[in-house]
Amino acid sequence: MNNAVEIRNLMKNYGETHAVAGIDFDIYQGEVFALLGPNGAGKTTTIEILEGYRDRDGGTVSVLGEDPSKGSLTWRNKIGIVLQSNNDASEITVEEILNFFSDYYAHPRNVDEVINAVGLDEKRKSRGRELSGGQRRRLDVALGILGNPELLFLDEPTTGFDPEARRAFWDLIRELRADGTTILLTTHYLDEAEALADRVGVINHGRLIEVATPATLGGRDDAKVMVRWRENGSTQEERTDSPTEFLRTLSSRLSGEIPELTVSRPTLEDIYISMIEGQA
Amino acid sequence: MNTFKIGVSRGNLEIRQFLRQRESVVFTLLFPVLLLLIFGSVFKNTISPGVTFSQYFVAGMIASGLINTGFQQLAIMIPLERDDGTLKRLRGTPMPPASYFIGKILAVLASMFVQILLLLLVGTLIFGVHLPTDMGHWITFTWVTLLGITGSTLLGIAFSSVPRSGRGASAMVTPIVLVLQFTSGVFFIFKDLPSWMQNVASIFPLKWLTQGMRSVFLPNDFASQEVAKSWQHGQVALMLSLWIVIGLLLALKTFRWERSR
Repeated sequence: MNNAVEIRNLMKNYGETHAVAGIDFDIYQGEVFALLGPNGAGKTTTIEILEGYRDRDGGTVSVLGEDPSKGSLTWRNKIGIVLQSNNDASEITVEEILNFFSDYYAHPRNVDEVINAVGLDEKRKSRGRELSGGQRRRLDVALGILGNPELLFLDEPTTGFDPEARRAFWDLIRELRADGTTILLTTHYLDEAEALADRVGVINHGRLIEVATPATLGGRDDAKVMVRWRENGSTQEERTDSPTEFLRTLSSRLSGEIPELTVSRPTLEDIYISMIEGQA
Repeated sequence: MNTFKIGVSRGNLEIRQFLRQRESVVFTLLFPVLLLLIFGSVFKNTISPGVTFSQYFVAGMIASGLINTGFQQLAIMIPLERDDGTLKRLRGTPMPPASYFIGKILAVLASMFVQILLLLLVGTLIFGVHLPTDMGHWITFTWVTLLGITGSTLLGIAFSSVPRSGRGASAMVTPIVLVLQFTSGVFFIFKDLPSWMQNVASIFPLKWLTQGMRSVFLPNDFASQEVAKSWQHGQVALMLSLWIVIGLLLALKTFRWERSR
C-alpha cells in the first residue's frame, strides 16, 4: 500500500443522476493533488466519499489503507478535513475552539503554532461570528491541520481570501507538503492549482477527463505558442511550434526590435476551459 | 475512558456556548421563573386545605423544567448545529460520537440544576412552598428527576431529526411542549381537565413527571385529590422508564450528522 488514496471505478448516484460515474485515480504519498472541474462535476461528492461522509454506490476506495466508509477513529486521527462552508463556533474564540478540538486528536499540533501558521494571531480572542469570510476560512484550515494529518483534504480552501492571504496560504501548503503531508485540493482558481499541485485531475459530468502535471495537462507542453506583435498599424498573431525560429525571421524582417511583442504559451486556465468546453 | 474525558471537554464547551447566547439563557433558565412569578401572583387561591395553586404550580414547573432543559433545548439546538456544520465538522475528527452526547448531557444537567434551584428559591421565598424534610421525599425527588431528565434528553436527541431545518425547529418543538404543559397538570389542575384530555396526556411523560413532583412538594394527604386517589409511584416509574426505552431506540435509529439532502 504505497499510495495515499486509490480509487477504482467509483460510482455515486443521486436518484437518476450519476454524480460520479466511474472514476479511477491514485494520489501518491506526499504529493499535492488538485481536483478541478466545474460546479456539479462531482468533485465534492468524490472528496466526501474519500472523507467517509458519503457511502458510494460502486467501486473500491482506499484512503491511507482503509475503506473510508468504515473509517475508524484511529484512521480519522490521520486525516484532516477542510469542508466547503461552515458557520459554527459563532460564540467561541479562535483560541478556545482550537484548544477544545486538540482534545480530540492523539497527536495535535501546538495551538499557538497553528494560529500563527494560518495568520490569525491578531484574531485569537475573537469569536467565530466576529471573523470575516477569509478569516473564518483560515480558522477552518487551522482546524483541518490541527491533528497533524498525514492526508489533508482541502475543499475550495481559499474562497474569500484576498491576494495576500492567498499567497500566505500557498506558503503554508508548501510547508505542509515539505513536511510530508499528502494533500487533496479542489479549487476554482487555476493559478492556485498551478502554483501548488504536483498533479491535477480534471473531472466533468462525474467522469475523470485527464490526470497530468499542470505543465503537461491537455498536451499543454506540445501546444503551439502564440506570438503577437504590431505591424502595419494592427496587431498580428501567429501560432507556431518553433517560436525562436519564427522570432528570428520576424526580427530580421522588421530590422531589429519587434513592436509590442508578446510570446505566450497557453495557461492552465486556457487548457482547462478548452477541455471543459470540448465536453459540453 | 478517553470517550468520557472528551465528553467532559465537550460539556465544558457546550456550557460556555450556552452561557454566551443570551437568548438561550433567558429563554431556558429565566422564562420558567418568570412564568412562576406571573402565575403565582395571579392565582392565589387555595385548591385544597393547606395547598395553594402556586405550590401546585411550582411542582409542575419543576417537572416541566426537565422537559425544557432536556427535550426542548436539545430538539432545538441539535438541528441548528446540524445546519451550521458543527456536527459535520465533529464527524470529521477522531472525537468518539458518544462524547458528543456526553457533552450534551452535561450541559443539560447543568441548566437543569440551575433551573430547579431558581424555581425552588422563588417558590420557597415568595410562594410558601415547603421543601420536604424527610429522606423519603428526597429519594422520590431523585429518582423522578433522574428518570425524567434521562427520558427528556433521549427524546430531545431523537426528536432533533424531525425538523427539516434549524430555523424551523423552535417553531415545531415549542408548541409541543406548551400543549403538554397545558394538558399535563402544569398550568391547570390535572384533576379539573376533561377526562379525554387526561387520558391523552397520560400517554406522555410530562403528566407522570408532574405527578411525581407533586408527591414530593405537596402534603401526603393531597394524594387523595389526584385522579387515581394516589401518587401512583409504580406507574410513574414504569411510564418514565418506558419513554426512556422509546427515546433510546429512536435516538439510536434516527440520529443524523448532516441535514438531509
